[in-house]
Amino acid sequence: MAITINHYLIVAAILFTLGIFGIFLNRKNVIIILMSIELMLLAVNINFIAFSTQFGDLVGQVFALLVLTVAAAEAAVGLAILVVFFRNRGSISVDDINLMKG
Amino acid sequence: MNLTTTLPIIAPASAEIFLAISGLILLMAGLFINKNTLKIISYSTIAILLVTATLVLIQSENALAFQALFISDSFARFIKVLIIIGVIFSIIMSFDYLKRSENNLFEYPILILFATLGMMLMVSSNNLILLYMSMELQSIALYVLATIQRNTLKSTEAGLKYFVLGAFSSGILLYGCSIIYGFTGTTSFNGIATVVSTSRSTSVGLIIGLIFLFSGLAFKVSIVPFHMWAPDVYEGAPTPVTALFTLAPKIAALALFLRVMLDPFRDLLISWQPLIVFLSIASVLVGGLAAIMQTNIKRLIAYSSIAHMGYSLIGLASGNETGVTGILMYLTTYTFTSIGIFSFILCMRRNDSPVENISDLTGLSDTHPMMALALMIFMLSMSGIPPLAGFFGKWFVFISAIDAGLYVLATIGILSSVISAFYYLRIIKIMYFEKAAQPLDAIRDKKLQLTLCGSAMIIVFFFFAITPVYNTAISSSILGFNLS
Repeated sequence: MAITINHYLIVAAILFTLGIFGIFLNRKNVIIILMSIELMLLAVNINFIAFSTQFGDLVGQVFALLVLTVAAAEAAVGLAILVVFFRNRGSISVDDINLMKG
Repeated sequence: MNLTTTLPIIAPASAEIFLAISGLILLMAGLFINKNTLKIISYSTIAILLVTATLVLIQSENALAFQALFISDSFARFIKVLIIIGVIFSIIMSFDYLKRSENNLFEYPILILFATLGMMLMVSSNNLILLYMSMELQSIALYVLATIQRNTLKSTEAGLKYFVLGAFSSGILLYGCSIIYGFTGTTSFNGIATVVSTSRSTSVGLIIGLIFLFSGLAFKVSIVPFHMWAPDVYEGAPTPVTALFTLAPKIAALALFLRVMLDPFRDLLISWQPLIVFLSIASVLVGGLAAIMQTNIKRLIAYSSIAHMGYSLIGLASGNETGVTGILMYLTTYTFTSIGIFSFILCMRRNDSPVENISDLTGLSDTHPMMALALMIFMLSMSGIPPLAGFFGKWFVFISAIDAGLYVLATIGILSSVISAFYYLRIIKIMYFEKAAQPLDAIRDKKLQLTLCGSAMIIVFFFFAITPVYNTAISSSILGFNLS
């Protein structure tokens, strides 16, 4: 069976959905949320690369590279925020982020 | 190879380039200045923003830069000036707060400066790549700003919540971008517009991508049902940062929303119009009803700003130039009213520590009649009582809805602005008709007095400036979207 663009898109969609569920179903640990966010961004990258190869158009690959850079910056800031939160709260459990109720 | 053809055109982006370079220089300078670092950097930031505003204003024609990634049109310039006004005022307001806090961080104004750069690029983006990159530049700076009081639990929790939901919404938006790229084969807005207008039947994939993009943007503007982060973040973040959140990023995100919907996806108006109508009705109702139950004034402002974004979306639902003019008018009045309200909240102190409950305002008219008068002006303006500024914003937005034949939307908008008048008037009642338990401190900071009086004056006398502002808004909304 030949692998077509659809297969790539399905993999990306599955990864993306896993990322979303990782954020909302996880009650334990904020680190898992950070990992899920990375998973979402990487799923998007698969999409971009697949489309880019399909069209023979470089823009998609350039976009994917930029997304990688932004994901790194975002992870750095996210972990830093998590560290200062941990210093004040003494826990990184999702259930403990409850000072303000929305 | 001819050198002139290979160099990109960068002149239309001169304001942004200037802002970026100055931000880097300030970051270096901050390391080497030993005394009064925060004060010097803050004043330099204000000066830089004023120069940037001048650079924005001296451009007079629509132009593209960086291989059409960047667009400078009169719509973008109008919004940029509004954003810069909001940012400058939020820096002026934060002097007093920062002086009192222990961690004297000179990064504070510089982070605001980079967030401003991100917002200005958002407003000018003409390509999905710039849209995403500028939104991230803005968001990452704002995540750090929300957490800037790093030794308090409230501020760090607000920062963490803002980060998780912000990063999630960026992911959603990006997935939308990738699908749109896949179904149109281009990331430029003009290219997408061409594909959308020439294809005879709209593909389902493009609609799915549009919905993802739409949800991501709705998160940033914080409209119902993507609003749940806003009240928590507003309550937890330090008050000057909350002021910044209310003023600038909302305006930038709404402008980007407008550009995406009315530039590349204008021909899909029939598909997205019902969605916008639904979201704006939901926002004005939820924002209005939830605000009634709040006891914390920052949460109340958060819900009221959700409702305000709902009213602005009425202009987008109209999908025509009148709607854009209405939104520009609305955002202008919203900016000045928010500046006023936040300088008031920053003045609320008792025994030298800040208080934020609405019950702390009891009997304010006896102890501080001028403060009470100022807050009454802001509240009446927010609820849209003529002849104050807020009335004109609402008026032009509703007019545009009626022009577009959206009678139900206009009616619900007017009804819900009656509902929201309830909680604005409740605050006035608390100030004027209840006995004071303990008086608030007098305002000592001169800058806060200035912003409080200044914004109250602007709101009361906005009436006289209505014609020039309206004419500028009209010319900004007509030229805005017809550059290809």
